[in-house]
Amino acid sequence: MVETDVKIVYKRPAGFTDRVTHYCPGCTHGVAHRLIAEVLEEMGELNNTIGVAPVGCAVFAYNYFNFDFVEAAHGRAPAMATGIKRTLPSKTLFTYQGDGDLASMGMGEIVAAAARGEQITVIFINNTNYGMTGGQMAPTTLPGQKTSSSPLGRDVETQGYPIRTAELLATLDGASFVARRSLHDARSIRMAKRALRTAFEVQKHGLGFSMVELLSICPTNWGLNTEDSRKWLAEHMLPYYPVGDFKVSTAVSEMKIGGN
Amino acid sequence: MALELIKGNIAVAEAAIRAGLVSYFGYPITPQTELLEHLSARMPELGRGFVQAESELGAINMVYGAACTGLRTMTSSSSPGVSLMQEGISYLAGTELPAVIVDVVRGGPGLGNIAPSQSDYTQMVHGGGHGEYHVIVLAPASVQEAVDLTGLAFDIAEKYRMVVCLLLDGFLGQMMEPVVLPEFQPVRTIPPAWGVGSPDSKERVVLTSINIDPPSQEKFNVKMMTRWQEIEANEVRFKSYYLEDAEYVVIGYGTAGRIALSAVRAAREQGHKIGLLRPITLAPFPTKAVDELAARVKGFLVVEMSNGQMLDDVNAIVAKRAPVDFYGRMGGVVPYPDEIANAISELINGDHDPNADARGKWLAYMRKLVGMGE
Repeated sequence: MVETDVKIVYKRPAGFTDRVTHYCPGCTHGVAHRLIAEVLEEMGELNNTIGVAPVGCAVFAYNYFNFDFVEAAHGRAPAMATGIKRTLPSKTLFTYQGDGDLASMGMGEIVAAAARGEQITVIFINNTNYGMTGGQMAPTTLPGQKTSSSPLGRDVETQGYPIRTAELLATLDGASFVARRSLHDARSIRMAKRALRTAFEVQKHGLGFSMVELLSICPTNWGLNTEDSRKWLAEHMLPYYPVGDFKVSTAVSEMKIGGN
Repeated sequence: MALELIKGNIAVAEAAIRAGLVSYFGYPITPQTELLEHLSARMPELGRGFVQAESELGAINMVYGAACTGLRTMTSSSSPGVSLMQEGISYLAGTELPAVIVDVVRGGPGLGNIAPSQSDYTQMVHGGGHGEYHVIVLAPASVQEAVDLTGLAFDIAEKYRMVVCLLLDGFLGQMMEPVVLPEFQPVRTIPPAWGVGSPDSKERVVLTSINIDPPSQEKFNVKMMTRWQEIEANEVRFKSYYLEDAEYVVIGYGTAGRIALSAVRAAREQGHKIGLLRPITLAPFPTKAVDELAARVKGFLVVEMSNGQMLDDVNAIVAKRAPVDFYGRMGGVVPYPDEIANAISELINGDHDPNADARGKWLAYMRKLVGMGE
């Protein structure tokens, strides 16, 4: 045998199970899952975390993470996470929610949780449509965007305007860290990971509510291949949903993050 | 232990604390609000969890999360709020979780009013949420009994991993009575092995109500039905008054049962052989006791503060072996003992026709009473 100096630079995160995901090819749910698993592993929080899965494409998210998980009713994940956190305050809690779940059905629960400064972290996947039910109009669907329930394109006169969730939640005093990132290219993904780390650190430091909105692609329901989906996100979503930090409380800005 | 004069809502709240309540989630609604108010002060001072939720939907889903830890959690509400909670109750049942829900029932439907009623019998006993499930329903008739059943509610919720509803009415919630509160029980804060966040679980814990494969959902439903069979065999509770030699039996629960007892005692004094069966568990229902009575008595009178929601269950058990008369008041109106005494007289002096339309007869009486003519 020849001794070789092998250095592992990429592996399956310790926070994952061995399951193959059910997500469509090209979907960025897998990327978002991986970033969460990496961040929790780097923080040493894998054994202390409880996840709350949504109703939507990520309904089976608990199959892919290898720590404790519960499954919420549609939109109610922030309430469910609140119940667990208030019963077991030392645990790290996060919800993983899509735009139908969080910004439509669950707008009451998310606003209330943020206003309370609930010590939970929310990961919000914005792909401008209802993925699981086959691509219907969501609160995040862009003006003019065609979906299976806005076949002529979203008409703002009758169907209203999209909701900029991060900006909305940032207005609440209880929200300590609210950011939007995108998953459409490698640089954006690296930035997304840093924001997720900050969000979980906010919770670990007891500094209040944190949320990261992640702009995501949905090639299947958008009817585009992966490459065109990434371009569509950059061309159409980024102008309407700019990435950035919409709320960084003073305490969060002074927070020291350990590790990398 | 000393007797203390306490309002029903507050007594239940304090009894829950003493039963080891770890977290409470609720929303203000009359006539239940004092329960939430009491816990808003007591839970934080004891270092336990309390959240005034954004809605009953929020509250029940917080309970859903808290129940996933397997630790003692509770919410309370009144009828319109409980309607909103039905979503979460179905999910709790579908995830086999223990939780206690206090429903201080008020008159309805819709916004209705804030007066005492028993019109939530159907939504709790026969399930107001989607899917097939049971909730254990306990119906006290006094503040002391409400206190005693609060501790029991947590015990059997945990024993069977089920939702237990303490079904009060506005009367019991608002009434002050002398009670003896129970001793403080130790508070368990480490989740059992099946709960999330447990240090004792051998592998990670995933709690969900999803069974995407229909045969696996069916198997789960069979498991739930089997457990319900066991509960029907072991957990039926009721109180009997003068049933040994009774020829006629009044059936009523909660406040209606308590008022009926006054009427039954008065009829006894007049020499009538009449008794009262007061169900304490509405689910599981005291089916066997009613069935045995149906084989030997001359007639029943069901008394409720509703349109006869329990009457249907009694009729199904009696199965026309004896006449089942009905007297109910609706919409938040509480019957006087002499109204029930009149109904008892009509039963005893009636034609004992087991096929008579008791609800129709009652409704005709009610139409006259409320001034709607014949």
